[in-house]
Parts: sequence; structure tokens; C-alpha cells
Amino acid sequence: MPGPLRMTDPIVIHLSGDAGAVRDGLRRAMAAPALCRLAADQRATVEIVLAEILNNIAEHAYAAGDGPVRLWLRQCGGLLSCRVEDEGLPMPGGRLPRPPVPLPESLAEGGYGWHLIRTLALGLAYERDAGVNRLSFRIPAGQSGQ
Amino acid sequence: MSLTASMQGTTLVIHVDDDRIDAAGAIPFKERMRGLTATASDRVILDLSNVRFLDSSGLGAVVAVMKLLAPERRLELSGLTPTVEKVFRLTRMDTVFTIHPALAQGLRHAG
Repeated sequence: MPGPLRMTDPIVIHLSGDAGAVRDGLRRAMAAPALCRLAADQRATVEIVLAEILNNIAEHAYAAGDGPVRLWLRQCGGLLSCRVEDEGLPMPGGRLPRPPVPLPESLAEGGYGWHLIRTLALGLAYERDAGVNRLSFRIPAGQSGQ
Repeated sequence: MSLTASMQGTTLVIHVDDDRIDAAGAIPFKERMRGLTATASDRVILDLSNVRFLDSSGLGAVVAVMKLLAPERRLELSGLTPTVEKVFRLTRMDTVFTIHPALAQGLRHAG
């Protein structure tokens, strides 16, 4: 990820397997200054993607213990650049999951999360480095009203 | 997870008082709904007008309730706010529910 994103201070959230901590962390993330000028629909997109990512971290990366999540959000032109880091277990197989998209008629009670993330996040990328999972992506975030 | 149930004629209306149905609330939501829907009714409308956010866990919980009620009753939804509507639309789960813009329309029309 290019330098400028690293130079800002991240939002730091502490997560365990507890979904309540995800809710609190998400609320703090949504209060980030980088989001304050987004149109409502763009804020909705950010909230959905971050909720799914944080839920995945709580449920999988920190399944065996708790730890920090560092979140960088930065408006760059017409895009919101996002990076999420955690220090938990690696993604299975070392790569982003690509589960099948649930068909509506199958009335699945789960499996929608990655579809939502992949539909809404641009340029989704995963890397692991020195025990840190790093997920980066972009969300369209033009000027309010566009 | 706070839900308020009332009978409107033969329609059981369940209003979600919480403003989100997410991973933290999905299981309590399902459990509360199981209890409330034990009341006999021709129709069940879940009014989501106060819910401003729902994630994939919340969606799964609503689907679970729909399956619990089937085949005798169909779960209808009303008052989807923008983010909730977006999640239903992106997953195409808006095609498997009867969705009313607001509770008033739901009560005017038979499901």
C-alpha cells in the first residue's frame, strides 16, 4: 500500500470473539473524519463492508484469542482507501475466501458476508506479513451528492 | 433485542425496537421471534422501520424466521431503511420476501 495511508494514525479497535466489541468498534470507525463528507449511500456501503470484515476478524482471525484491529481510512480523490490489519490467525490457505454466492431460493442463513464485501469493495487484496493480516480495498466516495 | 408485537386483525405485527440487527443481536432476535410468532395469525409482518443497519448475520436471522414460519405463514417485511434495503437487494434476498414500503401498506394489502 502506498506511503500516504501509513502516515495517518489508525483507528485501533480491540476485538475478541465477542460480537459486542465489533459493534462498538464499528461505531468508532464510522465516526472517522474521513467519512464525514460521504453521501449517505456511500456511508452505508462503508458500514456494510466494515461490519462484515470486522465480524470475520472476530469470528476467525481472533477465534482463539483477542487482539487489536488497526483501521486506516483515507479519502483519495473519488475513492476511500481502506486498510484493515489484525494480528490473528491467517486466512485459510493464505488467500481471500471465495465461497459460492448463496442463491436466494436456497434460503441460506449464512454465507452472504463475502459476497457483500466483494460486491462493494474495489481492488480487495490480502497479504500476511510478520504475523499481521492486512486487507486493503477502496470504496467509491465522490463528493457528497454525486 | 427488543421487539414489540401486536395483533392488527388477523395480522401479527412485530416491530423491531432496536436500530440494528447484527451479529451481536442475531441469536436473541431469532429466539424472541420464535416466542412471539407462537401467537396464531393469518399473516406476520416484521416492521423494520426503526432498523437502520442489518449485516449478513441479521439477514440470516430474518431468513431463519421465515423458514420457521413456513409453510403455514409467509414472513412479510415492512419499512426497510436504505442500508437494510441495500443488503437485501445486493444479496437478491429482496426477491424471496414480500416487502412493503411501510407497515400501513402492508396492513392494507393481503400478503
